[in-house]
Amino acid sequence: MASVASLRQWLFRFGRDEQSPIVLTQRRIFILPTPTGLLFAILLCVMLLGAINYNLSLGHALVFLLAGLGVVAMLHTFRNLIALRLTPGRAEPVFAGEIAHFQMYLENTHRQPRRALALAFGEHASVSVDVAAGGQALVAIPCPAPRRGRLEPGRITLTTRYPLGLFRAWSYPHPALSCLVYPQPLEAPLPPPAAVTHTGQRHGDNGQEDFTGLRLRQSNDSPRHIAWKAVARDAEHRPLLIKQFAGGVAEELWFDLSLVPGLGLETQLSILAGWVITAEAVQIRYGLRLPGREVRPDQGNAHCDACLEALALYGE
Amino acid sequence: MANKADAPAIEQGAVPWLLAVAIATAAPHAEHQPLWLTLLAGGILLWRAWLWRRSGPLPARSVLVLLVVAGIAGIGWEYRTLFGRDAGVALLYLFVALKPMEMRTRRDAIVVVMLGFFLLLTHYFYSQSIPTGLWLLLAATLLTATLVRLHGGAQPIAGILRYAAVLLAQAVPFMLIAFLLFPRVAGPLWGLPQDAYSGLTGLSSQMSPGSLDNLIQSGAIAFRVQFSGAVPEKSLLYWRGPVFNDYDGKTWRATPAYLQRGGKAPTVEFRGRSYSYVITLEAHNLRWLLPLDLPLKLPSDSALAPTLETFAREPVRTRARFDFTSGVDFVAGRQEAPDMLRQALRLPRGLNPRARELAQAWQARFKTPEMISNAALLYFRQEDFVFTLQPPLLGENAVDDFLFDTKSGFCEHYASAYVFLMRAAGVPARVVAGYQGGEINPIDGYLTVRQSDAHAWAEIWLGERGWVRVDPTGAVAPSRIDQGIEAALPAGDPLPALVRLDAEWLRDLRNRWEAANNAWNQWVLGYNPQRQREVLSRLGMGEPDWRDMTAALAALSAAALALVAVWTLCRRRSATPAQRAWQRFCRKLKRLGIARAEWEGPLAFALRVAREREELAALTREAAGHFADLHYGFGEPRQLHDLRQCVRRLPPAWR
Repeated sequence: MASVASLRQWLFRFGRDEQSPIVLTQRRIFILPTPTGLLFAILLCVMLLGAINYNLSLGHALVFLLAGLGVVAMLHTFRNLIALRLTPGRAEPVFAGEIAHFQMYLENTHRQPRRALALAFGEHASVSVDVAAGGQALVAIPCPAPRRGRLEPGRITLTTRYPLGLFRAWSYPHPALSCLVYPQPLEAPLPPPAAVTHTGQRHGDNGQEDFTGLRLRQSNDSPRHIAWKAVARDAEHRPLLIKQFAGGVAEELWFDLSLVPGLGLETQLSILAGWVITAEAVQIRYGLRLPGREVRPDQGNAHCDACLEALALYGE
Repeated sequence: MANKADAPAIEQGAVPWLLAVAIATAAPHAEHQPLWLTLLAGGILLWRAWLWRRSGPLPARSVLVLLVVAGIAGIGWEYRTLFGRDAGVALLYLFVALKPMEMRTRRDAIVVVMLGFFLLLTHYFYSQSIPTGLWLLLAATLLTATLVRLHGGAQPIAGILRYAAVLLAQAVPFMLIAFLLFPRVAGPLWGLPQDAYSGLTGLSSQMSPGSLDNLIQSGAIAFRVQFSGAVPEKSLLYWRGPVFNDYDGKTWRATPAYLQRGGKAPTVEFRGRSYSYVITLEAHNLRWLLPLDLPLKLPSDSALAPTLETFAREPVRTRARFDFTSGVDFVAGRQEAPDMLRQALRLPRGLNPRARELAQAWQARFKTPEMISNAALLYFRQEDFVFTLQPPLLGENAVDDFLFDTKSGFCEHYASAYVFLMRAAGVPARVVAGYQGGEINPIDGYLTVRQSDAHAWAEIWLGERGWVRVDPTGAVAPSRIDQGIEAALPAGDPLPALVRLDAEWLRDLRNRWEAANNAWNQWVLGYNPQRQREVLSRLGMGEPDWRDMTAALAALSAAALALVAVWTLCRRRSATPAQRAWQRFCRKLKRLGIARAEWEGPLAFALRVAREREELAALTREAAGHFADLHYGFGEPRQLHDLRQCVRRLPPAWR
């Protein structure tokens, strides 16, 4: 096995591709018959035996024509990849446990279209794309993102069996790709603002005078405070929200690991990510404080992304 | 990995392709298969097509199993076996129709295509003609296109077919090289099933009234002859086949080859000139060869029997070529074995009393066998004998009935009656069957001999002169010998349209078609180990053995591969009109002293030009803007024109 592994290492010895676009040269394309191709070869042998046995001259010709077809199919399968240009695109951040999609621009400078190019990361699900003659295509290659942090999916396996499925040509382009993976958010009740008043400014307990926003429902919340209208607006995707009322002071939440003591770091980060999302959803100003990093309280998509990124990259 | 990619469910859009594959590969077999099987297969395919139309679910597996079992049982009952050529083809025929019924994944679909490829080969069991070849080429294109469709997803049908045709066209060089150079092995490699050579026509080993009639109605070609020098005149073209010695009153029978093995052929003294020629004999599944009377030099693997018949070692089961040299002037069998002469006098007892009486009267009256023979021929000529392909039926005493009552018949009647008379008169005589005449095809110079040229004549033994050919038909219808069958028959007699051709252009058309067929037979179908050696040594390979051939095959295939690779891979730069114009612009700029770097985008380049060459700045900016719009954005067609104008407006380099 070790020798096989070292052979593979030697054969496919590509590090990362530094340049962009990546152009598939012949040195980078591998080709082998598929099981269908082997079946075809066996079929041809049987047919040749039949042609010899029955002295079928046209049978010989047919077998030879099909054998030639196999050879030509090899060339065309190879051609389907050769000189293809790949330019990595962006990858939208995802939450851990979701599937990241890495965009890839394929450019075909050939006069013939390229068809049925399957791109995948390792053994993961592949995505198939056609590129018109002299055209471009944008494809999003899926890759599961099980852990928070920066996901580097590694090399791409670009495979094709077109046109006849007798051969499989593949290549391992390895562009610099990475995707931010946020911690998987855990739904947890927002910390009470009281608990986060490090600045010394103390807000009253959840009062009942002024409506300040919404937060996730906790089990001890009174059903009277459920924001039924907000829930009804998007019943399928919204969790039950609770109307929050404050005693006149605008709330500001600080999320901190110390608020969720006694749990594993990943769980803590997940809870914080959940808070960030909830806070953003209920439009409360929130800030994030992690050891060595602080995001000042704010609101909005960019702020939310910044907080999540901080959580994602915490400890790296 | 591999399984994952093959397992995807088959697209609905691919199903019609596969049904077309099943039809195209199976349909020509309908001719050879029992009607019930064709109806079953057709019904199943129609059912599948209907299911496809309404996107219905495929039938349960149990239904299919039932169909398969029923079909196999039917085939077994029909052919009394499940093995052998015909039953095997019938099974494939059934499977290719049934497989689409359980076609769920792409792999199932690929199985259908592979079955289709195999089924293509089986067509050649029945026909290897030019039309069959063309049909199968079309079918192969369809099969290839189906594979393209299966692996490439939905595309325009014409595009798929064109691509498949391109693939096959590129495969043709490999086919030609391999066809020429693949070391041929003479089959069969193992015993062939009994039914391998059913349905071949030609002369048979016996002759009874009416047996030649059917043959003569056929315009099929019996053999073709290529003379290497002069061609003998038509009346000398007697192609000698079976010699019939045994007569039971109704049927003449030849002495089988294995009974003649012990005997030696009588000495033959040849006079006059000899003719060398090659006969391309159609398969007739018998051992007789049909040389020009009599052969001097025989091909290897054949021998001359005591009756002067030429036997091949094996029955002629495929079209084959034989080299002969013959003479038409000879004395054969001056010293004939007594056994042979006794056999040539034997007659069935008690039959045909009137003929015997007539013969014995001649024997008493005339002194020499020649005179007796002349008397018989005179009898045929003077009595009102009619030459016809539709003779009345003859009774128990067939010869009597023919000679004295019906007086109409065909060459076999005349030969048979004549030999009977000679034997009854004590002259050793025998019937010879074969072909007489033939027709030169002006297109390729081959002499074509058809089944309709089948003929029967007689030989009598005249002591010092040996065996002498006598053709009693010539006494009745001399034109049969000089001009051929169509001239000899009365106008009302049926003959196949191809034999009786009056229109000049039709005859010409037929000649052309047959010349094409002959070339096809000679060079494609008749390309056997021997022919391969001939061709290769003529191409300068000396005496090639299989090693030379394999080496040449590998070298030429590699060369072809390189050529096709260059052809497919290097014609790849494609550029849109906008790109071409922009490249022209940049080339011109380069001559003016400022070159665009490969990585430089049009707008960045324009900025640099503005910095470095102020006088070109405006024009470059305009051109780059047009190109950027056309190539990266949504340029308007007018901009292409403007871009080209920019190219034109650039000052030439020499200024």
